[in-house]
Amino acid sequence: MNQPATLPLVNALLDSPLPSSGIDWLDAARQENREAFAAGGLPDTRLEAWKYTTLRALSQRRFANGDAHAQEREVDASTLVLPGVAGPRLVFVNGRFRADLSAIDTLPDGLTLQPLSQALQGDAEPLRFALSRSASIRHVRDASDAFERINAASANDGVVLRLAANQKITVPVQLVFIGAATESDLAWHVRNVIELGEHAELSLVEQHISSGEPSYLATLVSDIELREGAVLHHTLLQNTAVTASLIRRSNLRLHARSHATLHVLELGGALVRHDLQAELIGDEAQLDTRGVFMPHGRQHIDTQLAIRHQALNTQSSSNWRGVANDRARGVFRGAMVVASGADGSDASLSNKNLLLSPSAEIDTKPELEIYADEVKAAHGATVGQLDERALFYLRSRGIPLADARVLLTTAFCRAVLDDLPNETLREHLSELLIAQLPN
Amino acid sequence: MNMLKIENLHARVEGKEILKGLNLTVNAGEVHAIMGPNGAGKSTLGNVLCGREGYEVTAGTVIYNGIDLLALDPEARAAAGVFLAFQYPVEIPGVNNTYFLRAAFNAQRKARGEKEFDSMQFLKLVREKLKVMQISDELLHRAVNEGFSGGEKKRNEIFQMAVLEPQLAILDETDSGLDIDALKQVAQGVNTLRSPERAFLMITHYQRLLDYVVPDFVHVLADGRIVESGDKSLALKLEEQGYAGIAERRPAGASA
Repeated sequence: MNQPATLPLVNALLDSPLPSSGIDWLDAARQENREAFAAGGLPDTRLEAWKYTTLRALSQRRFANGDAHAQEREVDASTLVLPGVAGPRLVFVNGRFRADLSAIDTLPDGLTLQPLSQALQGDAEPLRFALSRSASIRHVRDASDAFERINAASANDGVVLRLAANQKITVPVQLVFIGAATESDLAWHVRNVIELGEHAELSLVEQHISSGEPSYLATLVSDIELREGAVLHHTLLQNTAVTASLIRRSNLRLHARSHATLHVLELGGALVRHDLQAELIGDEAQLDTRGVFMPHGRQHIDTQLAIRHQALNTQSSSNWRGVANDRARGVFRGAMVVASGADGSDASLSNKNLLLSPSAEIDTKPELEIYADEVKAAHGATVGQLDERALFYLRSRGIPLADARVLLTTAFCRAVLDDLPNETLREHLSELLIAQLPN
Repeated sequence: MNMLKIENLHARVEGKEILKGLNLTVNAGEVHAIMGPNGAGKSTLGNVLCGREGYEVTAGTVIYNGIDLLALDPEARAAAGVFLAFQYPVEIPGVNNTYFLRAAFNAQRKARGEKEFDSMQFLKLVREKLKVMQISDELLHRAVNEGFSGGEKKRNEIFQMAVLEPQLAILDETDSGLDIDALKQVAQGVNTLRSPERAFLMITHYQRLLDYVVPDFVHVLADGRIVESGDKSLALKLEEQGYAGIAERRPAGASA
């Protein structure tokens, strides 16, 4: 994509006016990011990180930037309900906060939970570091950060969540991002800033869903910072319509002895991309990621993990499963770096994949770079089919072929979701997963 | 009516003819032992009867309770009461043993138009069977056969049989790889399940199992055919003389 300015997607985004905040540094950062996006354009498959995900089809579409009627879009409130999740809730429709669907009237002690649009009306200074940094990170011609640039230029709402030091919140906090049908193709953007203070503990459930069969491109960028000794259980359910395109980036920073656990279930979307960039910057920081991606039809779901061990005795374990059916495509890249000085670190990554149809494809690539001493590291990836012997064994006991396939596929996926502590939610995720399998 | 009537069965595996005109009749209540040298087609017989893919029947008929067994899918054969105890039970990580067994049990009942059991009813049934089979309930909480010892896997097969209560149970070298204690336990399980309504086909290489599960009939399978049939004394004779020279014998009943 040598001539970014000629692509309808890029043109449409550049044509739309930037949101104005009245905050000098923020407006400057937005302008800077937009210029960087205009200069760098979209990533193409020559970039290693985009090798298996082409934006060719997407780049030919014009998405109108922002939904002026986001407040009026009708949403069935029952779709927000998740079994096992009944805490404070922040809901966004087409990238805008919806007070009518949210539940933040009474918050536990020490928890700040508000939409970014409101936070910016107060003292915006604490957000300055997060919201003004992106454009300068890389060389301006590098398109790798294209969507982060679009997001930084255009997002004017999102989640601001802070949990004070030593606060432990037992009820899960729910964040819901809904794409609702509009008159034309829509682009919307969400920027989240999440911080857990020292020794704070939080469960977070992040939900991506659609209302109707809307056609949109959403970008979501989340900064998540865990201060010393903080603990985060983060569950992410992505179950959007197969007409939606969703590009997410999570930037995770883990200070000393903090521990983040992430469970991800990616079911929906036409084109879905998730970049999880984690930095273990404090000694003994720990990150566990578990995930299942299950594209079917003509879906394309791409997960990119980049985990950097930068301190002593840090630990990361990643266990991901992919199941692709029909003509769907799954992509997984797990890159782990143990930086110089991160001695005694332990990094492991496993990605196993199942192809349920001869036309389905999954590309997986584990990568490991070690520059430290006394490191334990393991990685492995496989792509295969359901075990014919196991299928026959089940059938020989009376279980019909279709049921036997579901049983084996579910077991394959559940292996990575079984350590999700919220049992009710775990069972629900399991049901959603089964519902997506062919019957 | 015979429970099982196999006539002139020919079957191929990977293009190679393994069964070459096998005849066998089994009635309810009977225990038949099928013995024979390696490569004679013993396991092929079990697999053909259960409908495993890759086993191609080229001629002959198998009539089970008056129906054409070969026309049924494996799951339909199971629902009709045919059970194969595998020579090599398959490990299925992530599928709980009890869950699996209940799914199988209810799938069979559903296929027969019977009411499915809820988890309480099923658990009660399982507890009864455990007692009879003298199997530790620890096996129930594990994934199907995963990490089971050879003996545990075979005992699990017999336990499944006890729960599913087939009419025709085919035991494919269930004795292989078992030490004497495990063999006795398996044999005791089989003996418990013997009944006037149920028939057993025990495929075995050695006579050893037949000391504990005494068969009504013993058949020698060689080169794809039953070449000799008799009572349990035939097994003892084979134990003494070995299988050498057996393939040259005339197929039993070939002239009949």
